Amino acid sequence: MSRFIQLVGRDIRLAFRQGSAVTLSLSFFVIIVVLFPLGVGPELAVLARIGPGVLWVAALLSCLLTLDRMFQADFEDGSLDLLIIGPLPTEILVLAKVIAHWLTSVLPLIVIAPILGLSLNLPGDGIFALTLALLIGTPTLSLIGAMGAALTVGMRRGGVLLSLLVLPLYIPILIFGVAAVDAAIAQLTVVPHLFLLGGVSLGALVVGPLAAAAGLRLSLS
Amino acid sequence: MAIDLHKYANPKRFLAITAAIYPWSVWLTVILLLGGLYLSLFVAPPDYQQGDTVRIMFVHVPAAWMALMIYTLMAVSSAVGLIWKHPVADLTAKAAAPIGACFTFLALVTGSLWGQPMWGTFWVWDARLTSMLILLFLYLGYMAIWESFDDPTKAAKAAAILALVGVVNIPIIRFSVDWWNTLHQPASVATMDGPKIHSTILIPLLVMGLAYTAFFVMVLIIRVKAEILKRRLHVLQIAELRES
Repeated sequence: MSRFIQLVGRDIRLAFRQGSAVTLSLSFFVIIVVLFPLGVGPELAVLARIGPGVLWVAALLSCLLTLDRMFQADFEDGSLDLLIIGPLPTEILVLAKVIAHWLTSVLPLIVIAPILGLSLNLPGDGIFALTLALLIGTPTLSLIGAMGAALTVGMRRGGVLLSLLVLPLYIPILIFGVAAVDAAIAQLTVVPHLFLLGGVSLGALVVGPLAAAAGLRLSLS
Repeated sequence: MAIDLHKYANPKRFLAITAAIYPWSVWLTVILLLGGLYLSLFVAPPDYQQGDTVRIMFVHVPAAWMALMIYTLMAVSSAVGLIWKHPVADLTAKAAAPIGACFTFLALVTGSLWGQPMWGTFWVWDARLTSMLILLFLYLGYMAIWESFDDPTKAAKAAAILALVGVVNIPIIRFSVDWWNTLHQPASVATMDGPKIHSTILIPLLVMGLAYTAFFVMVLIIRVKAEILKRRLHVLQIAELRES
């Protein structure tokens, strides 16, 4: 357990000391959201209608942006080999990496999402549901993404392939996430959608580390 | 029912068996396809609302069936290849993917050609259309990962992992998209109460389905054979280089 926490701590420290990772995905997220009012036009009714979808799609894309670094840096300097040889099972190693990725590149997005939601004219209920849905749903993005990142680690132009592999698998999260926010805006119950999101997240918690560990062993063999 | 899978893992034995099946599959494809096209284009009655456009269905529905069936087959052979390190299973999955992608594409294209006169639009973001489109992307991703490894055994494993994660995800995608929006008619052939359509339409449809299956078996055999021969050629070339 202490090894697991140490590994998560190491990855978080690395991400913060390099600095760019956190601010990069955060500014990417903000820029995508800002592009939409410029492209679609500033009518507040239109923005409120497309707001939930825009925020979710922007979250998916910014998560994708940092995914290919999940194992890449450790692969390049060789520490990934040592980590796999080490006493921690590869599945648990993947889980630690996923937690670190989620904390450093997804959690900042969730923190800033309510402010962007306000700028897109989302009502208060919608913003609350959006934050909850993002908190419950986004761990899946990191978990499924870990599988894609493990398969493409060490590959030339792996990032492009990664998006082709991972984005189709992200669709349920997008649909349930947007449905939750839309339900909140329409004053309907949000809880069933959140349960579905939670269910998908728990399923990904089982499948993701297994598949990613198999992918890592394969990429390093 | 203990089938010794390893018996069929030998490419030579596999080639011998498929060589016996191949002519049958060709004849079946020709006969069933001609019969099915005749039945569906001339015998089946035009729909009282849709007129002759309903005949697109005889091309469209079996293609959609095949698209789903081939993905299932790909996932099963990937699992077999991953678990028993069965080389022919990996090659079968690889060879099946482009065929499945073509059937998915065919289903999408014929569906949109039918949608234009019937729904007044080539494309709607409806549950079934969207999930078929996602299936096409899953096929493309699967094919892309085969291309991006230099080592074929590594590529086989990576593709198998992807296919298996995809197969877990397909029902979830299906349900999520189903609840999201729907215009496409619900399933009417394989329902709990038996088929809901009249036999004059059902029989041509089933014949076309069988014809597509026979066609798939034929193309699959050709492709797997080509893959095996390609590997063999590669080995021979390397051996020749070593000698010289």
